[in-house]
Amino acid sequence: MGITDKIYKYIFMVIAFSSFIFLTGIIIVLFKEGLPVLSSTGIFSFLFGKSWYPTATPPEFGIFPLIMGSLIVTLGAMVVAVPVGIGSALYIHEIAGEKQKMFLKPVVELLGAIPSIIFGFFGMVIVAPFLQNLFNLSTGQCAFTGALILGVMAIPVLCSIAEDALSVVPKSYREASFALGANRWQTLWKVIMPAAGSGVSTAIILGISRVMGETMTVLLVTGGAAMMPKSIFDPVRPMTSTIAAEMGEAAVGGEHYHALFAIGLVLFLITLLMNMIAEYISRKYRMKLGMDV
Amino acid sequence: MLEEIRIKVENINFFYGLKHALVDLNMDIYKNRVTAMIGPSGCGKSTFIRLINRMNDLVSHTTLKGRILLDGKNIFDPDVDVVELRRKVGMVFQKPNPFPKSIFENLVYGLQIKGVTDKKVLNEKTETALRKAALWEEVKDRLNDSALRLSGGQQQRLCIARCLVVEPEVILFDEPCASLDPISTRKIEDLIVELKKDYTILVVTHNMQQAARISTKTAFFLLGELIEFGNTEDIFTNPKDKRTEDYVSGRFG
Amino acid sequence: MKINPEKTQKIGFVALFICIIIALLVLGSIIYFVFSNGITAFSWKFFTDIPRKSMTAGGVGPAIVGTLYLVLGSVLFALPLGVITAIYLCEYSPKNFTLNLIRMSINNLAGVPSVVFGLFGLAVFVKLFGFHVSILSGSLTLGILILPGIISASYEAIIAVPQSTREASYALGATQIQTIKKVVLPTALPGILTGMILAVGRAAGETAPIMFTAVTFYSRSFPSTIFGETMALPYHIYVLMTEGTHPEEQKVIAYGCALILLILVLAVSSLAIYLRQSQRRKYA
Repeated sequence: MGITDKIYKYIFMVIAFSSFIFLTGIIIVLFKEGLPVLSSTGIFSFLFGKSWYPTATPPEFGIFPLIMGSLIVTLGAMVVAVPVGIGSALYIHEIAGEKQKMFLKPVVELLGAIPSIIFGFFGMVIVAPFLQNLFNLSTGQCAFTGALILGVMAIPVLCSIAEDALSVVPKSYREASFALGANRWQTLWKVIMPAAGSGVSTAIILGISRVMGETMTVLLVTGGAAMMPKSIFDPVRPMTSTIAAEMGEAAVGGEHYHALFAIGLVLFLITLLMNMIAEYISRKYRMKLGMDV
Repeated sequence: MLEEIRIKVENINFFYGLKHALVDLNMDIYKNRVTAMIGPSGCGKSTFIRLINRMNDLVSHTTLKGRILLDGKNIFDPDVDVVELRRKVGMVFQKPNPFPKSIFENLVYGLQIKGVTDKKVLNEKTETALRKAALWEEVKDRLNDSALRLSGGQQQRLCIARCLVVEPEVILFDEPCASLDPISTRKIEDLIVELKKDYTILVVTHNMQQAARISTKTAFFLLGELIEFGNTEDIFTNPKDKRTEDYVSGRFG
Repeated sequence: MKINPEKTQKIGFVALFICIIIALLVLGSIIYFVFSNGITAFSWKFFTDIPRKSMTAGGVGPAIVGTLYLVLGSVLFALPLGVITAIYLCEYSPKNFTLNLIRMSINNLAGVPSVVFGLFGLAVFVKLFGFHVSILSGSLTLGILILPGIISASYEAIIAVPQSTREASYALGATQIQTIKKVVLPTALPGILTGMILAVGRAAGETAPIMFTAVTFYSRSFPSTIFGETMALPYHIYVLMTEGTHPEEQKVIAYGCALILLILVLAVSSLAIYLRQSQRRKYA
């Protein structure tokens, strides 16, 4: 290798580490800015404290209601998104003909590109008032609405990832099943789904992670009350929307500011964990099918 | 014509990881001759000619022992500039691999990377190369068309022309007709015979008739070993080794 | 009663069909609502004028321009980093440890919630580097957000360049960097562009990362410097829905903004998807 080629190689190598640097930077920033509050409040009472009154004197930084808010909205969203998203993926993969596929796959991808602010906006002006009337609620901006909108948002994501997982199941499995006299439905449930199972569960985990990190939608439609939800129709304030809503009013370097970074840290660690699980499963899955990892 | 040695191969051993791909190779390649490498697939013939322009540099986890002397100079010496070597030793590949650019851009690529920008030089050299590659008449009016729109045989002749533009002295052909129809194959074969006047040529082929038609010298490889090397006529009509005889008479491979 | 496999299959297929119909219908209706309501806000002035009468009249010109600046800035930042990372991973066959480290970083960066990027941008660009709340800080933050997508798309495009094309270049005496510049990158360009366009769509719609790093909710003028704060379309929708004193008039403008954003994102993404499809057809 010539000297110029070597110089380029090292320059490129340094630049290629930028993703690593950014990820590390995010971790450092979150820890550095979040730790002061964690140490003054204590990790346990920060995570499991039931009251979030960041501006009271003295302030209280218990994010348990916020975590519950995130969880309830996320789980609700998955109830909507998993059956519809995976069902759509199965339809596209198993039933749709070539022509339909050529249409459906790009359309699903396109729908996945709709910005979350638009979902939030739609949820706020159309869905929330509608649900308020339908269920006779005091406010339509609640966990239920958030779950519904996030669920719809997550459908294209789940559908695309699940479809990818289905498409790598070798054709020979299907042919073997048909040759034994199984029909398409039996083949789908007894052969293809088990083979694609871990790929599909990767889709679900990534979907959860994506939904939990979603900010603008929940900010606009979940009502924003930092209280422990008693029912799914109560307003909630998930972690993401707490950060987004309060950062503007938090004094830089103050306790509130640090507390919001600490929420960011919790959120980051949860999503990081889920992404790692998803990657681990998908690695094993591809290995099982004898593909490159 | 006097037999002049151009390339001398001395005790070449080559490993892919732990696999011993070439074993104790020794041979002489003569100037202005076509030397054919034959043998069943996986016998190391392609691996061998890719050493001569050091394409093996691009593959990691390989080990090489021994020397290949080009005009008396070991091409693996640390002071050899591989770029210079590859300009001197051109290569034509198994599958035509024109760049997804125009015919003209394909041809001038080798000159442009050398820094030649003079339009007149570029035009002259491309025309000469195209004529030598017997492609000029077919493409002279559409030099700006995409090279990918040529037929497979034309693409391969374009690749030969592209190689000639750089004015190499040795040309390596790695199964140049493997993906071509019989008519295109014939054209390429005639071309190779024509080119030997000016160049030293090595051809890898799995087609024994082809080796017999175009080469002066033939080397028979088996499992990484050079089994027999000699005049093509002798190899095909009077092989010394039983394994060569089996192969050329079609008993295995 | 014996279960009839044919009947089960029929019911099952109908259920799957209903799934896809629900998905398309719900998402389609969102687009429909935004279109039908947003179009009433559209006028020439809406695109070019500044907001007037405390956001109840006038246009959203500064927000459109602000979004374009932010998108442009983020792409200018992320594209070189992304393409070079992809080149390094594909062309320089780094050691396994390095490769895995970089890949792991890219995968995990892709999964970081967008609001966390906002926190990072606030702490690093706004505070630490002293860029303040500005187009610059917002662009850099968005750039990091779109980086993983650009890397993956570029990686796919570069790895798809046939090895034989690289060999042809080397065999003609090209150096590695000549081969990359003159053969590999031009061949991979359509794929890289597709990734870039998708990233544009993504960056245009993101709100959380720019909330603390780039935007102001009200501006009477167009952004004039990258060191100043700006309005942006997605954030403007949020502001119109949550701040201000005339919710009904503001809602109309919000619909208009949502429609501009939707058209922008859908147009850009369709272009990218179309380019990719035709690219695939060419290779197949």
